[in-house]
Amino acid sequence: MRRNWASIAKAIVVGVLALAVLYTVWKVAASGQVLLAVAWLALVSLGFYVYLARSAYTWRYMFPGLLGALGFVILPLAYTVRLGFTNYSSRNLLTFERSTRYLLDETVAGPGPRYQFTIHPAAEGIRLAFTPTAAGEAEGTSAPSEPAARYATPAFDPAQPPGAIDAAELPTDETLPEPLALRDVIKLRAALSRLKVRFPDGSQATMTSLREFGPLTPLYRRGERGTLLNTQTHEVLTPNFKSGFYETSSGEEIQPGFKVDVGLANYIRVVTDPALTSPLLRIFVWTVTFALLTVLFTLVVGTTLAVVLNWELLPLRTFYRTLLFLPYAVPGFISILVFRGLFNQNFGELNLILNGLFGIRPAWFSDPFLAKVMILIVNTWLGYPYIMVLCTGLIKAIPGDLYEASAMAGAGPLQNFFYVTAPLIIRPLTPLLIASFAFNFNNFVLISLLTQGRPDFLDARVPAGTTDILVSYTYRIAFQDSGQQFGLAAAISTVIFALVAGLSIINLRLTRGRLEGQPR
Amino acid sequence: MGVVQGKGHKWRLLAAHSGLVAMCLLVLFPLLMVVSISLRPGNFATGDIIPRSISLEHWKLALGIPYLDADGTLVPPPFPVLRWLWNSTKIAALAAFFTVTLSTTAAFAFARMKFRGKTPILNSLLLLQMFPPVLALVGIFAIFDTIGNYVPALGVESHAAVILAYLGGIALHVWTIRSYFYTIPVEIEECAVVDGASHFQSFLYILLPMAVPILMVVFVLAFISAMIEYPIASILLRQVNHLTLAVGSRYFLYEQKYLWGDFAAAAVLSGIPITIVFLLAQRWIVSGLTAGGVKG
Repeated sequence: MRRNWASIAKAIVVGVLALAVLYTVWKVAASGQVLLAVAWLALVSLGFYVYLARSAYTWRYMFPGLLGALGFVILPLAYTVRLGFTNYSSRNLLTFERSTRYLLDETVAGPGPRYQFTIHPAAEGIRLAFTPTAAGEAEGTSAPSEPAARYATPAFDPAQPPGAIDAAELPTDETLPEPLALRDVIKLRAALSRLKVRFPDGSQATMTSLREFGPLTPLYRRGERGTLLNTQTHEVLTPNFKSGFYETSSGEEIQPGFKVDVGLANYIRVVTDPALTSPLLRIFVWTVTFALLTVLFTLVVGTTLAVVLNWELLPLRTFYRTLLFLPYAVPGFISILVFRGLFNQNFGELNLILNGLFGIRPAWFSDPFLAKVMILIVNTWLGYPYIMVLCTGLIKAIPGDLYEASAMAGAGPLQNFFYVTAPLIIRPLTPLLIASFAFNFNNFVLISLLTQGRPDFLDARVPAGTTDILVSYTYRIAFQDSGQQFGLAAAISTVIFALVAGLSIINLRLTRGRLEGQPR
Repeated sequence: MGVVQGKGHKWRLLAAHSGLVAMCLLVLFPLLMVVSISLRPGNFATGDIIPRSISLEHWKLALGIPYLDADGTLVPPPFPVLRWLWNSTKIAALAAFFTVTLSTTAAFAFARMKFRGKTPILNSLLLLQMFPPVLALVGIFAIFDTIGNYVPALGVESHAAVILAYLGGIALHVWTIRSYFYTIPVEIEECAVVDGASHFQSFLYILLPMAVPILMVVFVLAFISAMIEYPIASILLRQVNHLTLAVGSRYFLYEQKYLWGDFAAAAVLSGIPITIVFLLAQRWIVSGLTAGGVKG
């Protein structure tokens, strides 16, 4: 019996869930995104299958995890690649359907009765009172002292305005409290502008100015074969699926544009547009230089420290090691910003010291070369503890008798390092150094927080910086000062994927032992 | 150890010590500087490295308390630092919780069950980790922009979106937890199954309690990485009150409005707890380092 109840309860829960999900599918489909609705339906059905079918038992454990990896790693990557073939940008932000609906929703004041309105405080919010504007009376003049017929809405909360509200005729013996001053009307403008008022005669009106409600008619209506007709000028708008805009017959583009496929246009632009090609090449060279030099500097500093700290006769070793590990423990966004402040040309403490000692105030942020030097200093500071820790581990694994033997042969510390330590640690270290190179190749946080890519190239039309690396450049194109050219940024990102994938393949060759599904 | 001590031993020791002390000073300079700056009155360098007078104005502002300056005008806090800290903590804790949940269940399947495609899936999870999310920012933004059209609570400018986006980083944790599960003898669970427990019960009541240490480690790791994450949060969150600390801190150092002292106090206030957690978790992080996790 109990089992029975449990299975009934389960069926009810599953049924309700399924209904809820189907509702969302329907909602998405109804908004015109059929493909998205199908994908969502497929995903949800898969979920139901996994959690209800016996045969899919194993997948119940993996489904959420794999979904996370698929949904938030693979999907964004794939979608970024996909967007690289579109003109997605702040000018072409919407889908075709939404862009069309936006235009169809545009309204202009149409013919019909107009009403002067006043706002009156009420117990539960506000009430609106309407007086018909006499024919010929100019908008903006004060309401006539003896109104012909007055209408008023019931009280409503201006913080949560209803979509539409009915206005009823106001009994002549009912008086409303003093209307709000214009100052307060302005404050309520945003809430009122979304309000539709229905009058007893069936007409509808929305706010057309601070004093008046008037009827609105749509600016466009659908014409033949997907065109839109301007109801005022009778002009025909044709959607152009190459440029992603509705265009008038004279070729004028009407905002907002919509997202369309542009094929390889973004890639062609990257290769042929000199405004992009030359900064991109310079940025690429700097990205590689930056990543290589970072790996080199952190390697030198990190290995040296690891070797010295591994000297067992040295007192206070753990103390030093803890202190020297600190840059790694402090959150990156804090230490990078601290450096940003310390290096500031006029207010920074570093220049204060340099000025006191040598009388110089280097322009760390406006001179391209100095900015690059600063980036490398900061990144070495941030990155050496990682190499230090790695090397410490690797050096510990070297058998001590090797050093005894070298000591017997009369080797000094330098010879020890170059003939015993270095050859033994370089092999296991190489894949980690490549990983470090790949990481710094995409070290967006450092560049973004320290220089934001500045100082900019003076000759670039699309803003590009001398210290920008590829990822920070795409970020700028997509999210900062270049009009959100998502499509272009996605195309450049795709190129970076290819580079990173190449690096990963090299790295995989070197670390083949790590995969194969064996536990470490 | 058997290294023979030569004549130069003393000098070498001295050289090593002086080198290390110099290095430590160099490394600690920015950290000590920022503490000193946070206690210095005013937002500009005064010409002293060690402040002559101590002022708590920046700390008051960082803690959200308005401060009465020398002219008697009330200086309101420039940014809601505590709010940001709370946002960061909330997002990081939830992201870490879900990361642990998802990666534990997945790791259980990978460690204890046989199914087709196990090895390829496991390997591709690891390969995916080589593509940092910063490369797919455009895709992430577009996806959450689309989702937001239907479910505003999951769209751009919502914390839920940031948490969801962070769940993409579970792959490495699946590997870590799976390796740990291998160290727990499977016989214990088999006994439970013989006694009538279901797969899920043996997982929940037998395996999980024994794996608590690794779950704590993964939680802390996921927490810290979400705490310090900048790129995703910076594209998904824009309004001042919604920001996380990592995104918000940048606003202190605009050229036009340079709040160096206020930043220093906020940085010390928020940096110390994260650093301490990191140092405490360091043991495990270091052992996981060689496994491929890289941080600048």
